[in-house]
Amino acid sequence: MAMVQPRNLKYRVWAARLFLIVFLCLIMFPFLMIISVSFRSGNFATGSLIPSNPSLEHWAMALGIPWEAADGTIMEPTFPVLTWLWNSVKISVVTSAFILLLSTTGAYAFARLRFRFKQGLLQMMMIMQMFPAVLALVAFHAIFDKLGNFIPWLGLNTHGALTIAYLGGVTMNIWLIKGYFESIDNALEESAAIDGATPWQAFRHILLPLSVPILAVVFILAFIATIGEYPVASVLVQDMDKLTLAVGANQFLNPQNYLWGDFAASAVLTGLPITIIFLTAQRYLVSGLTAGGVKG
Amino acid sequence: MKQPQGAGGVLSGNGLKWALVAGIDIALLYIVTMMYAQGEIAFALVILLLGSIGTWVFTSEKAYNFRYVYPSLLGVILFVVFPLIYTVNIAFTNYSSTNLLPFERVKQIHLDKTYSSGEEKFALSLYQHNDAYQLQLTSKQNNDEAYTTEAFSVAQLPAAISANKSTIAEGDKLTMRDVIKLRGDLSQLTVMLPNQSELVMTSLREFGSMAPLFKEGDNQSLINNQTGDVYQPDHATGFYMSQDGERMAPGFTVYVGWDNFVRVLTDPGIQGPFWKILGWTVTHAGLTVLFTLIIGLMLACLVQWEPLKESGIYRVLLILPYAVPAFISILIFRGLFNQNFGEINMVLNSLFGISPEWFTNEYLAKAMILIVNCWLGYPYMMILTMGLLKAIPEDLYEASAIDGANPLHNLRHITVPMIIKPLIPLLIASFAFNFNNFVLINLLTGGGPNLIDASTPAGATDILVSYTFRIAFGSYGQDYGLASAIAGLIFVIVGVIAWANLKATSKLQEQ
Repeated sequence: MAMVQPRNLKYRVWAARLFLIVFLCLIMFPFLMIISVSFRSGNFATGSLIPSNPSLEHWAMALGIPWEAADGTIMEPTFPVLTWLWNSVKISVVTSAFILLLSTTGAYAFARLRFRFKQGLLQMMMIMQMFPAVLALVAFHAIFDKLGNFIPWLGLNTHGALTIAYLGGVTMNIWLIKGYFESIDNALEESAAIDGATPWQAFRHILLPLSVPILAVVFILAFIATIGEYPVASVLVQDMDKLTLAVGANQFLNPQNYLWGDFAASAVLTGLPITIIFLTAQRYLVSGLTAGGVKG
Repeated sequence: MKQPQGAGGVLSGNGLKWALVAGIDIALLYIVTMMYAQGEIAFALVILLLGSIGTWVFTSEKAYNFRYVYPSLLGVILFVVFPLIYTVNIAFTNYSSTNLLPFERVKQIHLDKTYSSGEEKFALSLYQHNDAYQLQLTSKQNNDEAYTTEAFSVAQLPAAISANKSTIAEGDKLTMRDVIKLRGDLSQLTVMLPNQSELVMTSLREFGSMAPLFKEGDNQSLINNQTGDVYQPDHATGFYMSQDGERMAPGFTVYVGWDNFVRVLTDPGIQGPFWKILGWTVTHAGLTVLFTLIIGLMLACLVQWEPLKESGIYRVLLILPYAVPAFISILIFRGLFNQNFGEINMVLNSLFGISPEWFTNEYLAKAMILIVNCWLGYPYMMILTMGLLKAIPEDLYEASAIDGANPLHNLRHITVPMIIKPLIPLLIASFAFNFNNFVLINLLTGGGPNLIDASTPAGATDILVSYTFRIAFGSYGQDYGLASAIAGLIFVIVGVIAWANLKATSKLQEQ
């Protein structure tokens, strides 16, 4: 607690409180609106924040259950939302696991081992990380088109191709993990090396168990980045039942076919788990982000 | 315990390693051979090179330390560096939806073209038995010669169907009117006669024999069997050309040198929008960084202000826009801003009686993008500045309070000077991210409203990456070469930003 306090402190605290509450209302408006829309009947229906005639029709659509309207007509779900969610989760988990594997070993070498070109490679990675995959999309398209002729599960319109294309995202994570490794005292591994441990044993049995927090952070960051990736997925995958959530969700809001209510339910259904993961992990994520960012 | 040397060696880690390396290498060699056989020499070479380096790294003791780096480097090389080089390579070609295939394949496509030579003509009659149809073909030159095809169904139409010499067909003969109904299906059918000649439908009542349209001439030229015209491949434009300069589609992919870059910089229909879009890209990224920084810093100061006891709740709620996946938030805003059905216009209408055209007015669309991007981006800045603010010693503020400074003085003379240095690399990174914030533009406005004077699909809110994307994968025909050229130019710009960031970071570390 600061010792010197201005006399009008009380008013200032209340002003700050009021400002924050108004600001939060503005920030929360889209979320409250989307939840409200998901319970309104009809796709264009306008209404108050608390729906006057609540309906579960959009939730049934999002969950893939046919819905019987009041006038007896049966509405079939327009899009396989749950399939998209499953695709996204599957691809993200596999990709994040691979990214974790590649970046941990890489970060270990950059933090602890000596080899030629180390500084150069690190700087190259830093620069490479800035190039977005959108720019190389033509190349990705052409490469996987050709690769599909030789290895069918890596062709266009496969989840294999998508997973492989995401592996370029290791660079940023190498920096994050490297920063953490460097904060761990080297003496532990050195004493293990004196006892005859190979670099691999020192890495596997000493450094890895100590680094579980940052590894979890990297996994979650990679997971969130992959599940929200849009451009590469939109070009590499075309079939309706192979789309990821990010590409699929876009289908709801076509000007010709504007399914605002169905989109709202799907958005809440699929966005909620990711948001919860993020909020649970946010303390660690924040420290991980700032640590890697500032040290980088 | 004693073990036989050989067996122990194979079963221990070393033997397993060799087996694994050998297995992977054999698989890679197989793929390389396949690629080489199909003429993909560049791909084969890349895989051969990376495979050999990998084998060396994992077998040689000298390269032990590289074993940990190689897998991640492989990821970077294969999925960042190689696509980058490949993109630059495509920028020098005319690769597009009209020039998609290599020369040899295009030549084969032309040689596979056929025309009805009219040498043999057959009258057709169609028989139906339940769902199965049979064609009966009677030669017009020689009435005794008649063939009947195997039964086929219209639902699963075979591409080719064989016919035998017979006049017996099952079922009823269809009238002309019914044949006309099936015209579309019949025209896709190729009938193989026992002597291997192929017949296709040439008119409603007739099947005729086919002959190849082109034959190969000298110097890779193609000669039209029907008209006798000679088509020469033009390796400058990537098309087969007739003597009077007529192009024959499809074309093939050729290197066109700097043409695509020249087009970007000189073609008024591309150049005008390009500079406009570049300007907007820089403005959009710069303003976003500025606004998010101001909002984020202000909120960070507020939630870390000690007298505000309940700041923990505010902090979690303020991070919310960062926690929800961006593609969902952006689409939510697309709905909320919708001019006719959107909630934002409904509120504005009831309060002020206005309903702005967020998607059709250029300036409103830009304003909307900035609003949404600030909403999405301020939590990141807040998190960053919160970390940095913690590092400022508390007694500085104590001292200034004794001197009677107000919060504005504190901000200008203590807070900003203390955090600006570590913040600069992060701001540059944020600028680079927004410079390439494709998801935002593509999902919110799709680049629209469209610019009128552009010869390529370009919109008022397009940033460079979304513009590139639309040229490459838009609905107006795909010009991969031009898109790659623009991507190449962006690489240079992003490279400069990245270099500046690296300098800023290393300068910071030296201090």
